Amino acid sequence: MAAKSTLVNMALCLTAVCLICSAVVGGAYAVTADPIAEAAKAKTTASIARVLPAFSAEPEAGNVELDGTEYTYYNVPGAGCAIISAVSGFGGVLTLMVGITADGTIHNTAVLSHSETPGLGAKCTSDEHFMAQFRGFDPAAKTLAVKKDGGDLDAITASTITSRAYALAVANAVAVFNKLKEEGGRAHE
Amino acid sequence: MSKWHFVTDGFIKNNPTFVLVLGMCPTLATTTSAMNGLEMGLATMFVLILSNIVISLIAPVVPDKVRIPVYITVIATFVTVLQLLMQAFTPAVYETLGLFIPLIVVNCIVLGRAEGFANKHGVVESALDGLGVGLGFTASLTVIGIVREILGSGAVFGWKFIPGDGILAFVMAPGAFLVLGFLMVLFNKYLAKK
Repeated sequence: MAAKSTLVNMALCLTAVCLICSAVVGGAYAVTADPIAEAAKAKTTASIARVLPAFSAEPEAGNVELDGTEYTYYNVPGAGCAIISAVSGFGGVLTLMVGITADGTIHNTAVLSHSETPGLGAKCTSDEHFMAQFRGFDPAAKTLAVKKDGGDLDAITASTITSRAYALAVANAVAVFNKLKEEGGRAHE
Repeated sequence: MSKWHFVTDGFIKNNPTFVLVLGMCPTLATTTSAMNGLEMGLATMFVLILSNIVISLIAPVVPDKVRIPVYITVIATFVTVLQLLMQAFTPAVYETLGLFIPLIVVNCIVLGRAEGFANKHGVVESALDGLGVGLGFTASLTVIGIVREILGSGAVFGWKFIPGDGILAFVMAPGAFLVLGFLMVLFNKYLAKK
């Protein structure tokens, strides 16, 4: 029933199948490219809305390098700056978005992705007490580190490593913010 | 003869999870909650039905020696299309399942049904077989997800009815093996009785 496995048959069959499949995938890509870009944009805007005060202006994306690491930030005129900051957590990379208002205080933080232990480190996305500490935090007056390390933050119970990573990610974002402010200040002179 | 037995066979006698024990990677990894299990099952079913249909159609003209690469190309095409569609229209689901969507390409169930069923049967039978095995896989993953979610988080489909943390081990890998093992015992005991 199957066609004979001659070289010509095999080559023809594979070529035909691959051509048709490429056409199908290409077609699917053409149809979905715009919705995918929109979904990604909506997701970013939603994250920014979580960490900064209400805004109506369009966020401007940019990149800045600090200590050999590239950071992405979104400048929102009138609201502040949202910075994406990634560090090593307990189970993998912990990526946060940190919203900082123009006066340098942290408005809010949000976890974009993490692979911390469920029930322990993963509480950094749900532990109200832990997350509330960052709201309105003024990095100029207090230290962004857990109390064990001489800072001003309560760690999540039994998840010191995750809490440290979280504090470090926020501290890095603050450093990025200060660098941006410095550069911005120079540009205005 | 009625063709419905192709569907019920896939669901019970050839249940991919508890009888054939195929596709264990997504089974163990994505069933941390009932919803995740259900979504993974449906995604696999989508690929399974379409690849079964296409492979049953092209099988007569595909030379024997290149049939596996041809089948994999067809399966990979459907998986890529699914991946693009999910990214575009259900980005939240795509994010939870992440890596396990592209991994459907190498899911033994899909190639297994192509090689073991679709290339020997007609289009209708193959589509029904895909539906049956797909439903079997979806139901199995959902049940494992329900048990793990109840024990691990005290909730079902995200609706929390036991306050507190639950038994964390069930959300992690060891719980997946335990739940799978016990459910497999129950399922096979029920089959043996019949």
